[in-house]
Amino acid sequence: MAETANLTESQRRGALTHPDVTDHAEVNRDILKMLSAPGKGWWALFGLAVLGVGIFFGSWFWQIYRGIGVSGLTSPVGWGAYITTFVFWVGIAHSGTLISAILFLFRAPWRQSVYRVAEAMTVFAVMTAGMFPLIHVGRVWHAYWLIPYPNQRYLWPNFRSPLVWDVFAVTTYFTVSAVFFYLGMIPDMAAARDQAKGLRKKLYTIIALGWRGTDRQWHHFSKAYIFLAALATPLVLSVHSVVSWDFAVGIVPGWHATVFAPYFVAGAIFSGVAMVITIVVPIRKIFRLEAYLTTKHFDALSKLVLLTSMIVFWAYLTEFFMAWYSGEPPERQMFWNRLFGHYWWATWIMLICNGMVPMMLWFKRVRHSVPALFAITIFINIGMWFERYVIIVTSLSHEYEPFAWGVYRPSIVEMGILLGSFAWFGFWFLLFTRLLPPVAIAELKEVIPPKLRGKKSGSAPATDAELSGDVAPAPAGD
Amino acid sequence: MAKGILASFDYLDSACDAIEELRKAGHTDITAYSSYPEHALEHALGYGQSPVRVWTLVGGLTGTATGFAFTSWTSMDWPLITGGKPILSIPAYVVIAFELTILFGALSTVIGLFINSRLPNPIPPVVYDPEFSAGMYGVYVQSEKLDTVRAILQKHEPEEIREGAYA
Repeated sequence: MAETANLTESQRRGALTHPDVTDHAEVNRDILKMLSAPGKGWWALFGLAVLGVGIFFGSWFWQIYRGIGVSGLTSPVGWGAYITTFVFWVGIAHSGTLISAILFLFRAPWRQSVYRVAEAMTVFAVMTAGMFPLIHVGRVWHAYWLIPYPNQRYLWPNFRSPLVWDVFAVTTYFTVSAVFFYLGMIPDMAAARDQAKGLRKKLYTIIALGWRGTDRQWHHFSKAYIFLAALATPLVLSVHSVVSWDFAVGIVPGWHATVFAPYFVAGAIFSGVAMVITIVVPIRKIFRLEAYLTTKHFDALSKLVLLTSMIVFWAYLTEFFMAWYSGEPPERQMFWNRLFGHYWWATWIMLICNGMVPMMLWFKRVRHSVPALFAITIFINIGMWFERYVIIVTSLSHEYEPFAWGVYRPSIVEMGILLGSFAWFGFWFLLFTRLLPPVAIAELKEVIPPKLRGKKSGSAPATDAELSGDVAPAPAGD
Repeated sequence: MAKGILASFDYLDSACDAIEELRKAGHTDITAYSSYPEHALEHALGYGQSPVRVWTLVGGLTGTATGFAFTSWTSMDWPLITGGKPILSIPAYVVIAFELTILFGALSTVIGLFINSRLPNPIPPVVYDPEFSAGMYGVYVQSEKLDTVRAILQKHEPEEIREGAYA
């Protein structure tokens, strides 16, 4: 039975990414400890989030009461901060699926520690993004018209419209990522159930669905997980492509470009991975997870940020080049206007935050410095919001006829909703860190070498050198 | 009332060896417990392909068909030309069909998983130990010949052995 003794490749590599974690029971203790009574810091943040959620719904109710006129949206700019923020949050969501599905299929050895946080981020970011079309339509009580349903007048949505595609893409994305998130959590909920007491035990018993960890359950679970990852991978690429087609299918100068789909997907992953770092840094600090989230994880994440930053910056340059190379005066004027027109500051924030600041990640010292990474990713989050603002607002404000040009300024209500959306996201995220294990327990164990008795005659477990893959492991069987 | 023995192992290779020896001795009703998906256990139990993949395939294809059928039918149901495009704008419907492929495929995978692994299971487990979700490996055998089973399990030095009649 050489099968067990020969550690699989991922286990060996995992032993290198988490060198200080060696025992399976220790993982349960460390991670489930996070679910105990929250500290003062958590309550302070939660209070802030509740306040922000109040601002969010307060602003929205004011808009519902007074009408969409309280926003700055008016001719010619009919899409403003709401759609910008929608695209921003959908983009944030993408890296979660990237880390949980795409890196799972590629067997990236470092994803285990961060993927649960990233996946939770996906679900909550899509939940946040999903609010914005509802806010944006103004008369929210008609929002169900977006969904095809049998009705008296035999009316159906226009399936040729990218906006209807978007409804399908975003709802599918939310459903699949929520299912994926929940499914991955079932075994961890069982682990939490087995150690919890009182009310929490009841709660986890329900969420764990009676999971026992039998061979049969794991066998089907592993397969189902692979298939879900394989389905989520094209889905994540499609969702932001569809979002980009909301713009690219229109003929507005600055929108009508074939580069939009890959450009948006790269931007989404860029902003999302940056957001993962922004979120993971405080979690690691508060819950003392230094053994689970090592510099190796931050290094890998920052390399992803660097790569996608270069793709995004390349796309910016391509857009400017194509505008010049096309020889089309409206297109050229559009991009000149972006750089030096009314919204020049937004464009420069975008270029500096997304193209230049991340270049610091070329240096290993920066990639290994947690405070530096935190600061850089905040810049990226800001830059990526402005990217969408630039695309949407500068294009619409200088659309076709010069007499119809205009200027859009977000109103205080829109600002409140934008600010509140971060609180709404944070509200769910904070609840998540206290109720569900924020680090995937079962997946982490997969990359921690199992306890082996070693040779049948002796009873000494395998040595550390064997476990870390420095020497070929001795066969354990006869 | 079937009788069975539940053994807890600290070491993975001991659990696998025990399973393999039990299978050689002709015992088929073996259940292994672990806190994470361990391929060595699956290998020891001799697993083949999981039928969940059929659920994924059928669900996905149903989604594709539904996507095209639904968009085409609704367009034909009220034939109104918009944007000068044909009533049946297949390229535009690819997006809907694609999204529904993923949606139906994913949901059907989950249904397939739940059916195959008997989830959700509201009955409190009888043959179980909370240590199995922490780090221990469990081996449960149902058999008429409990003495031989116990002897085989003992040989592989389990941490604990429990015996009893289970419904």
